[in-house]
Amino acid sequence: MRDDHQHPPSEMALRVKALETLLTDRGVVDPEAVDAILDLYEHRVGPRNGATVVAKAWTDPAFRERLLADATEPLRELGFLGLQGEHMVALENNAEVHNVVVCTLCSCYPWSVLGLPPAWYKSHAYRSRVVMEPKVVLREFGVELPEEVEVRVWDSTAEVRYLVVPRRPAGTEGFDEAELANIVTRDAMVGTAVLPDVVPGSRSA
Amino acid sequence: MNGIHDMGGTHGYGPVDPSDDDPFHADWERRVFALTLAASRHLRSNLDQGRFQLETLPPAEYLRGYFERWYARLLDRCVAAGLLDAAARAAIERGERPAPRARDHEPLPAAAFLHVAETGSPATRDSTRAPAFAPGDAVRARNLHPETHTRLPGYVRGRVGTVVARHGVHVFPDSNAQLLGEDPQHLYGVRFAATSLWGDGASDRDTVTVDLFEPYLEPAP
Repeated sequence: MRDDHQHPPSEMALRVKALETLLTDRGVVDPEAVDAILDLYEHRVGPRNGATVVAKAWTDPAFRERLLADATEPLRELGFLGLQGEHMVALENNAEVHNVVVCTLCSCYPWSVLGLPPAWYKSHAYRSRVVMEPKVVLREFGVELPEEVEVRVWDSTAEVRYLVVPRRPAGTEGFDEAELANIVTRDAMVGTAVLPDVVPGSRSA
Repeated sequence: MNGIHDMGGTHGYGPVDPSDDDPFHADWERRVFALTLAASRHLRSNLDQGRFQLETLPPAEYLRGYFERWYARLLDRCVAAGLLDAAARAAIERGERPAPRARDHEPLPAAAFLHVAETGSPATRDSTRAPAFAPGDAVRARNLHPETHTRLPGYVRGRVGTVVARHGVHVFPDSNAQLLGEDPQHLYGVRFAATSLWGDGASDRDTVTVDLFEPYLEPAP
């Protein structure tokens, strides 16, 4: 069940169309701006940005160190700061610590590196529960963490935005930055996924 | 305010559905999102005021859905800006197109929005004020219950945590949302043991880190 999704879309579609007509007629919105905003957040700003950052952190130790010390400047240099991504902190997952990010009060999310949040991130179930029972929620995402792993939940209550640097999977030793970026998923950068190992046969190589 | 939006640690919303994966479910949700940003020149509201507008929706309306509340807020802003009277609002709520109206505003051009998206809108402010706390300090989240906007979640109030980060001086949402000025304050990352928030049933390894403004905090003896 999708708890945030109850209106028949047709009713809402009619209302929104009526409102859009009014706003457009009176010059309150420019239809070209509406199109540009959707194009930006649907096609241009998205998890590819974050994946580029993660791949760089995996391959460039000096960059990784700077990123984990203060992510804002390194992301500025890459052109990945922006609206809802002005003040950035990067969190590294490892064998001992697993980080996962939420906004219990609304839907704060690092737009400039991950794009717009998926519906589940904004859902009442995720917002209410991940701070209280993170391992149970992670299991609902198919993530089984060993009991000894420390889960650090980060509640984005102010204008700091968090990017999780997932563990680099085994089997990626020969990958270059572009190949690594291709295997990094959005959910892994929120902390609700663990990246699977690549080609098991190559692990001993 | 102690509202429906303050969801951390509340029960009853069921399991998370990770397959509910897209930012939007329907085209109208896309339109509401983009209209809200595109109308910002004339339906002006600061970020904190905008969040408070969502929090003060009646709880049943809040729970109807994410972009349903963005739609409700957009409609409220149109009324507040004098763009809609009661009859026109009712017509829109019935899904009826309003009578054609002459253009009487100059909209935000696409390029202007794209510039804002690229540069962002930093919340940090220059300040000479010394921070009251340092990393490693034990702090208690004050037991505050303002009826107005706050970013102090209910589940940490009264609890003791440890400062783990200093984020600098940021616009204070509690003041800014009320249009009382930015009143910039030091912002800290404060880490709470899961057991101190949720009791003995929680893992004694897990933690929750929350970004809290200095007025939310007091020294913990």
